[in-house]
Amino acid sequence: MLQTQTRKDRFTLLKKNLSTFWGVYRENTMGIAGLVILLFFALMALVGPHLVTYTGEIEGAEMVLQPPSAAHWLGTDDLGRDVFAGVVVGSRISLLVGLAATVISMVIGAIIGIAAGYYGKTVDTILMRFTDIFLVIPWLPLMLVMAALLGPSLGNIIFVIGITGWAGTARIIRSQTLSIKERPYVERARAIGSGDLHIMVHHILPNVFPLIFANTILVAAVAILSETTLSFLGMGDPTRMSWGMMLHFAFEMGAVSFGAWWWLIPPGVCVVLVVLGFTFIGYALDEVLNPKLRRR
Amino acid sequence: MKMRGYVLRKLGQTVLTIFVVLVFNFFLFRIMPGNPVRILIRNPKISAEALQRITEQFGLNQSKFVQFGYYLRDLFTGDLGHSFVYRKPVLDVIMEKLPPTLLLTGTATILSIIIGVILGVIFAWKRGSKLDVAGLSLSLVLYSMPSFWVGILMVMLFAVYWPIFPIGGMSVPGTYYATIWSQLGSLLRHMLLPTVTFALILIGEYVLIMRNSLLEVMSEDYMLTARAKGVSNRNLLRRHALPNAMLPMVTLIAMNLGFIVGGAIQVETVFSWPGLGRLMYTALMGRDYPLLQGIFLFVTVCVVGANFCADLLYRYLDPRVKS
Repeated sequence: MLQTQTRKDRFTLLKKNLSTFWGVYRENTMGIAGLVILLFFALMALVGPHLVTYTGEIEGAEMVLQPPSAAHWLGTDDLGRDVFAGVVVGSRISLLVGLAATVISMVIGAIIGIAAGYYGKTVDTILMRFTDIFLVIPWLPLMLVMAALLGPSLGNIIFVIGITGWAGTARIIRSQTLSIKERPYVERARAIGSGDLHIMVHHILPNVFPLIFANTILVAAVAILSETTLSFLGMGDPTRMSWGMMLHFAFEMGAVSFGAWWWLIPPGVCVVLVVLGFTFIGYALDEVLNPKLRRR
Repeated sequence: MKMRGYVLRKLGQTVLTIFVVLVFNFFLFRIMPGNPVRILIRNPKISAEALQRITEQFGLNQSKFVQFGYYLRDLFTGDLGHSFVYRKPVLDVIMEKLPPTLLLTGTATILSIIIGVILGVIFAWKRGSKLDVAGLSLSLVLYSMPSFWVGILMVMLFAVYWPIFPIGGMSVPGTYYATIWSQLGSLLRHMLLPTVTFALILIGEYVLIMRNSLLEVMSEDYMLTARAKGVSNRNLLRRHALPNAMLPMVTLIAMNLGFIVGGAIQVETVFSWPGLGRLMYTALMGRDYPLLQGIFLFVTVCVVGANFCADLLYRYLDPRVKS
């Protein structure tokens, strides 16, 4: 009885908090713009591939590298495939890889950050030294070497981007954990005999969560850029078309010197828009969650 | 005294980082299932002598620990293996491609720092103006673009549609130049587009950091004191604000080295610039593992070393860190 009561209370509190948050957030033009952009691309990735026909079939020699027309809104590529359909189908892989890699980065970053901050001393030193090493190694060569050795597949590229992108997050979460673990309620929890794991999961994690969320947005932007770059440099899965993969094929087939702008510009513009969308939301969240920056 | 302790501690960290990279690299290229060495010896066409040589070189018939010893020995004697594609020692190939990369990245970095600092100062000085807002938005958009894509746009604009610059490379193949000046002119013409692209990629961050750093310094008490003393606006900026605001730039330049390396791979690939970045791309495409591993190690050690130097420099420049 009591349990359901508190659960109901919690739910009302959450609803109240969310509506206050939304009230502040929707005043933020940048944040709304970012949200609209991302919703558009999410919709494109979810339903788009069902609406276009991207057969990958060669339509005949006369249909190769055609500039945009009524039949092909964004022209055709070197095999006569429709570029518009390619961009729509590619959105799914690009977003999937970006988001999955972000989740991996955030999980590793959160675990290492919370553990280092909570345990302190030797654990902290070892984990932070390890984090610093990851911060200083040039990220692109590292990702390229790993991707090349693991072989080109969707799972590998997600793994490679996820495993290289957590260091900054770990540092931020560690410093937040350091301040949270000194708060009275953590002291109280320890006094009534809660274990380390319980305190980390039930008291520290919920309190660093807003920070994790805000950071996720920025990590996702980097992950999408990384996917594009890795695929462009030939480390993507050639059977799964993403925006980076499209640009790779376009570049390798000499679309630049041919002047096939319709093949090179659209995938790039999509990447820039998605990254901008994430960045806008990141800035907006920073303003909303950090009252010091909030304009009055 | 204190400085020596600091240097030693930083040096220790740097050595540790390099060691971890070496172990990681060994693990990646020698131990992991499907590693290049194993692929090499599984090749049915390999001759008995070659197999013998490889077994001896990598110590394949001995324990992993001994193999690691062989690996370290080879590294410290500068033996990074033989490139499959170039059929030359890897270190020779790297050294050959290093000067063009240093030329391109060096010029672009210096250019972007100078312009970035100037723009950052202007935006900070005119904070909140239309110019400031426009500059910030442009920095943000540039920051969101994949570096290679900026390069592709530049080539299409200035080498294909409006062909005022060569499409790539460092010189026209098979040309003999009468004078050193015409050769230099050709080099400049080839260099301009990749350098501008590179500088564009780097500049956004320098502008943002410089602007924020200067804004922070301008709100310090000593700035108010200087103003109260009647220091002119110009001197206020030049003598009091700038030297302090420049400090974070030193760290940023070092921290950015990893980003510069990433940019070099992309820009050089797009512009066919014969440097280390493009070498890495060709090594990737040709699955030239010894070369790939060599470039990775070389670049990482350089970046880690440069970070070490920047740490020391920062401490030397900012007396506040010493206390």
